[in-house]
Amino acid sequence: MNPFTYERVHEPELAIDSIIKPGSSKFLAGGTNLIDLMKNGVERPDRLVDINRLNLATIESLPDGGLRLGALARNADTANDPLVRQKYPLLSRSILSGASPQLRNLATNGGNLLQRTRCPYFMDPGFAKCNKRDYGSGCGALEGFNRSHAIFGASERCIATHPSDMCVALAALEAKIRVRGRKGERTIPFADFHRLPGETPQIDTTLQRDELILSIDLPASPYADHSHYLKVRDRASYEFALVSVAVGLELEEDQIRSARIALGGVAHKPWRCDETERGLVGKKMSKELFEAAGEQAVSGARTYQYNKFKVEMASRAVAQALSVAGGFA
Amino acid sequence: MKKRGCKPHSLPDNSGSNAEDGAPESDNKGSRNWDMTRREFVASAGIVTGGFAVGFPVHAVAGPIGENSASLAITINSQAHELSIDPRVTLLDLLRENLNLTGTKKGCDHGQCGACTVLVNGRRINSCLSLAVVHDGDDIKTIEGFAEGKELHPLQAAFLEYDGLQCGYCTPGQICSASALLDEHKRGDASVVTPDLRSAGPADLTSDEIRERMSGNICRCGAYPGIVAAIQSVRTNSVEPRVKG
Repeated sequence: MNPFTYERVHEPELAIDSIIKPGSSKFLAGGTNLIDLMKNGVERPDRLVDINRLNLATIESLPDGGLRLGALARNADTANDPLVRQKYPLLSRSILSGASPQLRNLATNGGNLLQRTRCPYFMDPGFAKCNKRDYGSGCGALEGFNRSHAIFGASERCIATHPSDMCVALAALEAKIRVRGRKGERTIPFADFHRLPGETPQIDTTLQRDELILSIDLPASPYADHSHYLKVRDRASYEFALVSVAVGLELEEDQIRSARIALGGVAHKPWRCDETERGLVGKKMSKELFEAAGEQAVSGARTYQYNKFKVEMASRAVAQALSVAGGFA
Repeated sequence: MKKRGCKPHSLPDNSGSNAEDGAPESDNKGSRNWDMTRREFVASAGIVTGGFAVGFPVHAVAGPIGENSASLAITINSQAHELSIDPRVTLLDLLRENLNLTGTKKGCDHGQCGACTVLVNGRRINSCLSLAVVHDGDDIKTIEGFAEGKELHPLQAAFLEYDGLQCGYCTPGQICSASALLDEHKRGDASVVTPDLRSAGPADLTSDEIRERMSGNICRCGAYPGIVAAIQSVRTNSVEPRVKG
């Protein structure tokens, strides 16, 4: 691990003052991803700004019926918060699908949003090529072992996937990210928070250098009664998704009033299936409808040598998750 | 007698001595009666030679390093410590290398195996992925804090009774984790295999629930059936007849 300066801050303003000091700086919260990457030499910050003592760990109701999740609330506490479990069981299930109890006890909500890809070519500096780690060096996965890689939205520069489970549910729930920078606060719609790789895969999000995540705000949701998070992976627990899907259905008896579908493990960001969602509106639930939705959700997928299986897997996962959410399975 | 006084393996070694000399590292507290254990030497050498350590991997540095040192007040197994440490030192390395609490094990050092699990303010975490300096003011419990004198903690006794181990390397982490599992379950925390997340109260602690909740602790010997049985027996406060064969 490289030497760094350690600072502990107690106010968001001071955190922002520290993060913009010359040199490379990182906020330190749970550290489950950052410390790991520092051990590997992937991240080499000059300064760590410890934000664990900021008062940003509460979970509270919003006047519009939504819920505000503090950026520093731990993943475990968020998943088990009574309001989250009651109103957003989809979010609880997605968080509980990821990592392990020990890691969820450390990891924060803000950190979950900012965790980096687990693409092996990124994680291991022993590989020469990775545009995300060393811009301009190429993409080792493009012609390499790309079994876990993207089938949507990738570029020739990077075919990595976003590793989070929580973020897939947040995409489906249309969360908003409230951040503070030098110029004050702003709110970023979830769909605009994470980026596709394009020509600049080294940049994961639209968060600016001086910005600190304050909270994740969830709008009131009509999906609590009929939602499901399905994660498909190589082992039963404690493993990243090959494919995951978060779905929510708003029903009037058997008829779908509205639907939400987001895929994980398939793109550089949680992959929202807007068109498939629209296609379900007004339809009567059926096995055939959900299978068709699954097929529609993966249209436009582009595969690489080792990840062709993901197309059918994602299609079936969508159909299965919709069936569970709708009470069919 | 085995060679003990060696330089930490993370520092440049010009003496020709070999820190990893193959001597089994005794975790027996009795080893502290030796003139100087390898770890005590490592810790003291860190103070003396710490200035040279900057830029090298830090595993065993106890003393302050240049301008980067940070102060830390921490309680471990009811004992208060005031330390000055390099901020790169993880909680795991602080425990093992600086404080001689070698019950907590380093497996993967990347949060993938759970051998380093300890309790921080009653919550289980991977101590390998947490910088020690972050824990200023925290209360840590490690496996050394479980037994009451010669009286084993019920989980320790149950792991023995149900063969919840073979080589034992993962066991301290397993027991810390299991202890937190029982507390989490009692207060009603759910897991991903809990059928209905919207209903409050403790879920039925089935084998599947225990397996899911213990999935952060890998046992390469495969002692999982014994681990599950041991946890189940402590929860129900009963010793079930062991399955034969």
